[in-house]
Amino acid sequence: MEMTGAEITIRCLQEEGVEFVFGYPGGAVLHIYDALFQQDKVKHILVRHEQAAVHAADGYARCSDKAGVVLVTSGPGITNAVTGIATAYMDSIPMVVISGQVPTYAIGEDAFQEVDAVGITRPCVKHNFLVKDVKDIASTIKKAFYLAKSGRPGPVLVDIPKDISNQKCGFVYPDSITIRAYQPPGRGDSEQIRQAAELLMQARRPMIYAGGGVVLSGSSAELTDLVKLTGFPCTNTLMGLGGYPATDRQFVGMLGMHGTYEANMAMQHCDVLVAIGARFDDRVIGNVEHFAQVSRKIIHIDIDPSSIAKRVKVDVPIVGDLKLVLEELLAVLRRREKKAGDIADWWKQIEEWREFGGGLRYKNSSEIIKPQFVIETLYKLTGGDAYVTSDVGQHQMWAAQYYKFNHPRRWINSGGLGTMGFGLPAAMGVQLMHPDATVACVTGEGSIQMNIQELSTCLQYRLPIKVLSLNNRYLGMVRQWQQFFHGNRFSESYMDALPDFVKLAEAYGHIGMRIDQPSDVEPAMKEAFARKNDLVFMDFRTDPAENVYPMVPGGKGLSEVVLSEDL
Amino acid sequence: MRHIISLLMENEAGALSRVAGLFSARGYNIESLTVAPTEEATLSRMTIVTSGSDAVIEQITKQLNKLIDVVSVMDLSEGEHIERELMLVKTRAEGEAREELKRMTDIFRGRILDVSDHTYTIELTGSRTKLDSFIGAIGRELILETVRTGVSGIGRGNRILSL
Repeated sequence: MEMTGAEITIRCLQEEGVEFVFGYPGGAVLHIYDALFQQDKVKHILVRHEQAAVHAADGYARCSDKAGVVLVTSGPGITNAVTGIATAYMDSIPMVVISGQVPTYAIGEDAFQEVDAVGITRPCVKHNFLVKDVKDIASTIKKAFYLAKSGRPGPVLVDIPKDISNQKCGFVYPDSITIRAYQPPGRGDSEQIRQAAELLMQARRPMIYAGGGVVLSGSSAELTDLVKLTGFPCTNTLMGLGGYPATDRQFVGMLGMHGTYEANMAMQHCDVLVAIGARFDDRVIGNVEHFAQVSRKIIHIDIDPSSIAKRVKVDVPIVGDLKLVLEELLAVLRRREKKAGDIADWWKQIEEWREFGGGLRYKNSSEIIKPQFVIETLYKLTGGDAYVTSDVGQHQMWAAQYYKFNHPRRWINSGGLGTMGFGLPAAMGVQLMHPDATVACVTGEGSIQMNIQELSTCLQYRLPIKVLSLNNRYLGMVRQWQQFFHGNRFSESYMDALPDFVKLAEAYGHIGMRIDQPSDVEPAMKEAFARKNDLVFMDFRTDPAENVYPMVPGGKGLSEVVLSEDL
Repeated sequence: MRHIISLLMENEAGALSRVAGLFSARGYNIESLTVAPTEEATLSRMTIVTSGSDAVIEQITKQLNKLIDVVSVMDLSEGEHIERELMLVKTRAEGEAREELKRMTDIFRGRILDVSDHTYTIELTGSRTKLDSFIGAIGRELILETVRTGVSGIGRGNRILSL
C-alpha cells in the first residue's frame, strides 16, 4: 500500500517506539501534522516556542535511555530550535529533529520561511540529512535514530521538503542499517586495558575522574564497582553527577571551577589519573599548562577518539564503549593476585584537604534566605530522590554542589553550552517520562524568563513541576564575575522591572508562592511538594550578594582555588 | 609542519562543506583542498594540505574520521608518497621573452597550450615547490594570471587508501 511521505514519517516514529514528539506546527510540516492527527500512538506535545521543544525532548532523553524527538517547521521553526540542538550536541544527548523545508522546487529561491537548515545546523549536529526523494524517508529516519543513539550520542536532523512529505510510495521500515563510514567503537583494546590495570596497581596517589559518559552509557554500576574494588577516590564532573553515589565516603565531590577543594587538589596531585567518559574541558581542569606542570600518568577511557589527547597528553588511551571497557578492566583487576599499592597516606592527604577546604560551606542567616539553604532544604525534603533540572548560573552550581545525587539521570542541566532557559522545558520532558516522580526545576529570575512561556504548556499537559526560582534580582554569575574581575562594575547584570512571579504563575493557571523569610523556606516547600497535581512556582527572595565558592578563576590552575570571601 | 591528508568520502551533496566547515570551525589551516569523484562513483577523494603541530594534526585526523560522510583518512606525509599539482600560467610573450619562456617551459617539462600574438598559456605539473620555482624563474612581471589546482597526493607502493 502506498503512503505519503508524511504518513511514512509518523509510521517510522511508531516503528521506533517513540512515545512523545515535542513540536510546533507550521506551513512546511502541515502534511506531517495531518498524518500525526490521524493516529494515536505517537503523542504530540505542543510547546510555546521551538527552543523549548528541543529542550523538552532533551530532558526526556537525559532522564531515560531513549532518543528525544522534535518536529518543527521550516525557517523560524528550525532557527528557533538551533539553541536547543546545540545544547544537546555539546552534552552528547541522543535526539532526532525532524524539520519541514520548503518544497524542493522552491529551495534556493529565498522562498517564504526558507533557510538552509542543513547548513545552519551542520556544526551542532552529529549528522544531518536533506531528504530529496520520498523513497528515502524511511531509511533516512532509521539512520537518524541509529546515529543519534549509537557511539557518542548526539542530535541528528532530518529536513523534509513539503512536496516530499506529500508524495507517495510503498513503506518498508528497514530492520537494521549499516553506514559504511560509521563504525561506533565496541570493546576496548585488551592490551591497553591490561596496561591500565598495571598502572592502577602501581599507583600510590590514584584518582578516578568520571564524566557524563558514565551516565550516557549506563555504566554507573561498573564505575561504582571499580571505585569500590580499588578503594580509590572518585570525583564527578558537572555532567557526571549521579554517576557515582554522592553520599559515599570515597566520593570527593564535584571537581572543576566550582568543585570541592579536595577534588581539585587530588586531581592536581595524583600520580595516576583515570578519566572515564570525561573530556578535560576548560571548566574542569582550568589552565592546561598549570595542569601539566605536575607529572602524572593518565589513563583515558572514552568512546570518542577525538576527546582523547585533545587538551592533555594521555599515557594509556582506551577507545571503546565505557560499559564494555569497565567490565573488562574489572575482570582483569579481579583476576590479579597482587594487591593494589598502599594508598593510606594518599587518603590521609585527601582528608586533610577535606578539612582545610571545610567542605562546601556557607554562612546561613535568619534574616535573609541563602540560596544554598534552599537547595539543602530541597535535598532534605525530597530525600535526594527528585529529578532536578536546572538553568544556568549560580543556582546551577549551588544545585550541583548541595543536592547529593546518588543515582544517574537525576541531574539534568546544560553543562557544555550553558543554555539559560533550559530548565523548565527540560523538566517538562522529565515529568512526561516519569509522570509520578518529583521533578524540581531549580532556576533563577533571569533564566526562567528565557522560556517562561512554557508555563502554558505545563498547564495544557498537567505537568506538576515544582519550580524553585532563586530570585536575587541579579544575573548572579555575571554579577559575581563583575565583582571579582571587573572592579564591581555591575554592567547590565541587575534585573530591574521584574514581574510579580506569583501573579504570573497564577495568570498561567498555576500556584505561585513568594518566600522572603528563611524560616518560611521549609514550610513553603513542604506545602508545594504536597500539591502532587499542581505546578507550584516558588519565588525565593535570596541574598543578592551571595557568591559561589570554591572558585577556580578562569584561566587559573586547579590548585589556585579561592575558598571563600577572603579574595 | 606541513601535512598532506588524503581522504575518501561519500560523494554526496554537502560532504565538502562538512570538511571545510570543520576546518574553519576548529581553526585549522587549509593551504589547499582538492576533491573529485573516484572510479567508484559513490566515493570522492579529497587531498587537504594543512599545517600544525603533531597534536593538531592528530586532532584533525580524528575529527575528520568522526564525520559520518568520511570513509577513510590517511596522513600521506607520514610515509612515502607522491604529490602533484597542476598549474596553468598565462604570461606576456613578446619579443625575446617568447624564446626564453619556451626554453624555460621545456626545462620545467611544461607545455605551451595556447599561443597568441602577445601571450603564452603554459601548463605545468609537479610538486608545490617545483611550481613555485617556475614562477620564480620566469619572473612575476611577465605573469598575467595563474591557476593552480592545489595538491593531489597518493601513497607510494603498497600504501593504499581504500574502503
